[in-house]
Amino acid sequence: MSGEWSPTLKELAKKPELLASGHRLCAGCAAGTIIRAILKAAWKPIVAVNATGCLEVATTIYPYTSWRIPWIHNAFENAAATAAGIARARDKLLRDGRLDKDYHVIAFAGDGGTYDIGIQALSGALERREKILYVLYDNEAYMNTGIQRSGGTPMAAWTTTSPAGRKIPGKIEWKKPIARIVAAHDVPYVATATPWQWRDLVVKARKALEADGPAFLHVLSPCPRGWRFDTNLSIEMARLAVQTCFFPLYEIVDGEKYVITGYSRSIAMNPKLKKPVVEYLKPQGRFRHLFKPENARLLEEIQRRVDYEWERLLKLAGYRS
Amino acid sequence: MNQKVIGLSGDEAVAYAVKQCNVDVVAAYPITPQTIIVERIADYVNDGEVDLEYIPVESEHSAMSACIGAAAAGARAFTATAANGLALMHEVVYIASSLRLPIVMAIVNRALSGPICIHCDHSDTMAERDSSWIQLYVEDAQEAYDTVIQAFRIAEDPSVLLPVMVNLDGFIVSHTLQDVSVLPDEVVSEFVGKRQVASIDVAGKTVPMMLHPDNPLTFGPLDLFDYYFEHKRQQEEAIKAARDVIKRVNEEYYKISGRRYGDGMVDSYRMDDADIAVVGLGSTMGTVKEVVDEERSRGLKVGAIRIRSFRPFPVDQLLEELSRVKVVGVLDRSGAYGAPGAPVYNEIRSLLYDLDKRPAVLGYIYGIGGRDMPPELVKSVIRDLENALEKPPETKVEFIGVRE
Repeated sequence: MSGEWSPTLKELAKKPELLASGHRLCAGCAAGTIIRAILKAAWKPIVAVNATGCLEVATTIYPYTSWRIPWIHNAFENAAATAAGIARARDKLLRDGRLDKDYHVIAFAGDGGTYDIGIQALSGALERREKILYVLYDNEAYMNTGIQRSGGTPMAAWTTTSPAGRKIPGKIEWKKPIARIVAAHDVPYVATATPWQWRDLVVKARKALEADGPAFLHVLSPCPRGWRFDTNLSIEMARLAVQTCFFPLYEIVDGEKYVITGYSRSIAMNPKLKKPVVEYLKPQGRFRHLFKPENARLLEEIQRRVDYEWERLLKLAGYRS
Repeated sequence: MNQKVIGLSGDEAVAYAVKQCNVDVVAAYPITPQTIIVERIADYVNDGEVDLEYIPVESEHSAMSACIGAAAAGARAFTATAANGLALMHEVVYIASSLRLPIVMAIVNRALSGPICIHCDHSDTMAERDSSWIQLYVEDAQEAYDTVIQAFRIAEDPSVLLPVMVNLDGFIVSHTLQDVSVLPDEVVSEFVGKRQVASIDVAGKTVPMMLHPDNPLTFGPLDLFDYYFEHKRQQEEAIKAARDVIKRVNEEYYKISGRRYGDGMVDSYRMDDADIAVVGLGSTMGTVKEVVDEERSRGLKVGAIRIRSFRPFPVDQLLEELSRVKVVGVLDRSGAYGAPGAPVYNEIRSLLYDLDKRPAVLGYIYGIGGRDMPPELVKSVIRDLENALEKPPETKVEFIGVRE
């Protein structure tokens, strides 16, 4: 059914809000927008798992909760294993007739809980083909604890543990290619998305929930606090990330079939639409040091890397032979 | 009762009990170090002898994490581990009990690294003693089988709702073959039933305490200085309540099996008129009982107390028994480096402080890293305790069976 499902904003607005307002996510935080959109893609009830992080601490504080669905937070590194336990319990109880309702199991984790401390549990769940959807909302650093670098932080970005120092100008490593790493487990569905193209996001969430086995959504989650931009620009940042090909939109089906989607598809068809990467980097304080004359080479290096990755994606998706 | 006697190692006895206990989910990681518990369960699953979800996870941390998810979703969950595996799990061991999830975990007690060692001691579970898990230590494979069955009843009792560790000594119990009387499947099935999820009152409505679409409960929220303390306080009440439940289940199990272990909390041996008590945990207490018989035959009034439930600690039973003796020897199979003594010794000495007439308490640390505790060494302890009858030392904590 997913191929045909393309909801209007009006239809989505009519669906119940499963994440209540009044949570304490920062002004301009994209995570709430992303989570609400994904929850609206479900057609069955949902049980959610949340790794330790911004979303967890900002949506619950005893005795309050923003979650209108069953929700569990276990620890930082084990969202995938916890979700697997729930999914297996669900299957057994349904089989026994001891549970009267089927439900989706969705794990939400940030970049720290996915790229770094949680990758072992995630890899195990993928290998076992657990029937879960794992959503990475990627704000590209440990934002909850004060902007420390993670495996998901872009190269050259300032964080509190990769400061823009006089000798070392920010993070020295490239961002880990998490979507490819997950896809290398030959799972049925992997996709990247942003809160900018919301239909692209919800359609992918629907496809992920329909997948037979583990599915993975990598959603870029612009963070005004950590990236150092104004709180009204979050969706703008997501848009620029896509338009510069810094964060292209695509799907990987069954570990090998690459499909470029959304505005990234438009760029693939019409390369003139591709904007220079500085347009994305310039408005963000975490990249401010790159615009000093002595760091010009870093800007070039980043542009080269973005071009290289984009060309690779075009090849994988069949736009280049 | 029609019971079958079969040859089983302690590991196999645990797996056999798990097969009979209507377990829904087993999360299994076999290594660090390996025990065959999860191998036997895998045999049962793959031969179609039991219907459960078997999750071959990639680490012990994920094993407990998956059990937490499964138990929160309403399933009966089991896992097994040992030594470093338990240490790796440490973080989520605390989360399981604070979420009040009645998970049962068999622990094959083995020494923690380093240096790396795979043999028996209790350093692994003593590192978890304050996690608010119930800790039951068994003496042999028969008791391992019986205790796993009891553990589900104890953990799931609505007045308790805490996870249970069933501890069996590495190699000595886990890997040695014993005649084990097993109950028919249907008898065990009836005794443990299927997991019944406890209820909770939420906004005036009574709902099952589980992840269920009809009742959007939030498990594991952020919980700061204004409520965290109360929640931890409740765990103390729960584990205290487990004392009566452990005793009751011990008696109820006796009715279906003809087997019970003391009052469930402690297993006392020839203590009625004893002047000397030897107290300890696990399989060594079998050796101690043999030596007690020998010593009794030569007229020494010595008895043995095996602590079966280390958490909750059998306060009343030990106070009652030990207030009547003159000398107590405490055997510890783990150290507490830098502390006055080792864990069991420290508890007992603290417990006896309030008595008007306190017995002398002598501590013996033995068997670290699987070092043998032969009858001769137990006898030397009893000689020492006998001497203390005449002239009790001020304090004494000694390492025995070690090259100094």
